[in-house]
Amino acid sequence: MAVDLSPIDENLLAAIANIHGMPNGAFNIRRNGELVERHSSANIEIATKTDNPGIDITIAPGTKGENVFIPVIVTQSGLKDVVYNTFYIGDNCDITIIAGCGIHNDSHKGSQHDGIHTFYIGKNSRIKYIEKHYGEGTGTGERVLNPVTNVYMEENSYCEMELTQLRGVTSTLRDTVAELKENAKLILTEKLLTHDDQIATSNMKIDLVGDGSSVQVISRSVAQDNSKQIFNPLVTGSAACHGHVQCDAIIMGKANVTAIPGIEAACEDAMLIHEAAIGKIAGDEITKLMTLGLTYEEAEQEIIEDFLN
Amino acid sequence: MLELKNLVFEVPVNEGAVETKRIIDDLSLTIGDDRFTVITGPNGGGKSTLAKLIMGIEKPTSGQIIFNGEDITDLSITERARLGIGYGFQQPARFKGMKVKKLLEIAAGRKLPMLACNEYLAKVGLCSATYLTREVDKSLSGGEVKRIEIATILASDPKLAIYDEPEAGIDLWSFDRLTETFRDIHEARDGRSIVIISHQERIIQLADEVVLLREGRISETGTPEQLMPKLGFTAKGVPGCQLTEPTALHLTTIPTTC
Repeated sequence: MAVDLSPIDENLLAAIANIHGMPNGAFNIRRNGELVERHSSANIEIATKTDNPGIDITIAPGTKGENVFIPVIVTQSGLKDVVYNTFYIGDNCDITIIAGCGIHNDSHKGSQHDGIHTFYIGKNSRIKYIEKHYGEGTGTGERVLNPVTNVYMEENSYCEMELTQLRGVTSTLRDTVAELKENAKLILTEKLLTHDDQIATSNMKIDLVGDGSSVQVISRSVAQDNSKQIFNPLVTGSAACHGHVQCDAIIMGKANVTAIPGIEAACEDAMLIHEAAIGKIAGDEITKLMTLGLTYEEAEQEIIEDFLN
Repeated sequence: MLELKNLVFEVPVNEGAVETKRIIDDLSLTIGDDRFTVITGPNGGGKSTLAKLIMGIEKPTSGQIIFNGEDITDLSITERARLGIGYGFQQPARFKGMKVKKLLEIAAGRKLPMLACNEYLAKVGLCSATYLTREVDKSLSGGEVKRIEIATILASDPKLAIYDEPEAGIDLWSFDRLTETFRDIHEARDGRSIVIISHQERIIQLADEVVLLREGRISETGTPEQLMPKLGFTAKGVPGCQLTEPTALHLTTIPTTC
C-alpha cells in the first residue's frame, strides 16, 4: 500500500499497537490530526464523523474473531489533536480493538492528544480493548495525553480493557466512565509508569446498575523520580452486583502517589470491596534476583517490568 | 573449593547499641569440590547467617572467604553469583506479576524451552503444566513457592549451591522427590558442591560431611555415621533444661445419652 510512513512513525506504531506496516482487517491510522489510511471490513465499517473530528466504528451484530486497529501518532510539535472515536458494537460480537497514541517530540513546543473513546457494547458481546500510550523524543516540549473512555454495556456483555501508559508522557489526565446493565462484566486494568517530573491523574467512575453485573478494577503503577500520581476510582452499586477495586503502587525516589479507591452502594445486595497499597520494592525481591546474577539495577528493572506486565 | 578463614560476624545487641553480640565466632571451614555438606545444629546457632555470609547477603566483621582460590570477602552478591555460588532462601521472596517460567529463565540466564522448565519443576515435585504460567505471588502456597525457589537453584546450576532448610514447609511426598534430587546431583559428581542447612535425618544421611554448628562455632564435624548418634542425643532436649510436669487434666464426664 502506497502510504508514506517514516521510521519514526513505524516505531511509534510498533510501540503502541505492535503493528508493523499496515495491519490486516479493519483499521484507521491517524497522524498529526489527519487520516493516513483507513480500511473497513465486511462487518466493520469505519466512517468519518460529521459533527466532531473523529470516526464512528460500527460493528455488525454477530461479528466474531476480528480485530480493529485505530492507532494515533503525533510527530508534529505544537499540535493539539482532539479526536472522538465512537464504537457501536452490535449484539453477539466477539472482537479485539487495539488503540493507542504515540507522541514523538524533539522540539521545545508541546504536543497533545486527547482521545475520547466511547463504546456502546451490545447484548452478549465480548470485547477486548487494548490501549497503549507512549511518548518519546529529545525535546523539552511537553507530551500530553488526556484520554476519556466511556463504556456502556448491555445485558450479558463482557469487556476487558487494558489501559497502559509506560514512559515518556509528561502529563496525563485519564477519565474513565462505565455503566453496566444486567450480568455485564467489566475487567479494567490500568498500568502506569511515570518518571522525572511527570504527572498522572486517573479518575474512574463505574456504575453497576444491573443485577448480576460485576467490575474488577486493577490498577498497577510505578512512580519514579519526582513524578506524581493520583488515582481516584469510584465504583457505585445500585443493584445486586459485585465490585472490586485494587490499587497497587510501587513508589521510588521522591515520587508521590495518592490512591483514593472509593465504593458506594445503594442496594443491600451490592457487594463492593476496595483495597490499596503503596510501597517500595521489597528488599528480599532484589536480593533474590541478585543471587541469580543480576545487578541491583537490573533486578529493580526486572521487578518493575513484571509488576507492570 | 570454598574456604572460610577465621570468620567473625557481630551485630549490635540492640539497634544503635555499641555493645555487640557475636553470631559467628572465629569460624574456619573448608568445603571441597564434589562434596555434599550438611550444616546442622540448634536454632540460633548461626547456620543461616553463615550461609548468608557465603552468598554475600551479610558482610563479615572480620575473616576471609576464599572461593576457588579467589578472595571473595568484599565481592557483592551479584559478583559471587556470577562466580558460581547459588543460594536457596529459607523464606523465598514473592514477585507480583512474575511468571514461574520467567523466574526460572532469570535463574538459568537464558530462555528455557518448556521441556527444561518441566524437568526443573518435576525435580521438586511440581507439575509444570499448571505452574509455568502462574505468578510467583501470594496465590502460591508456602510449600509451592519453596519448591519453586529450589527449582531456581537447579536452573542456575551453580558450582556451589547453598540451600537454607529446603525441607521447611514441604509436604512428605515432595520431600521424598527432593531428597532424590539432591542425591542425583551429588552422585553426578561433576565438580559441583552442595551445602544444605538442615535438621532432617534423611538429608543428613546423604552427606559426605556433617558440620554441627553451635553458638557460632563448629562444635563437631564428621560423617553421618559418626555424628548421627550424637545428633539424636541433642535432639532429645536442651541440656540443663528440666521439663516441668504436665498439669493434671480436668476431664468432665461426657454425656452419652444425647
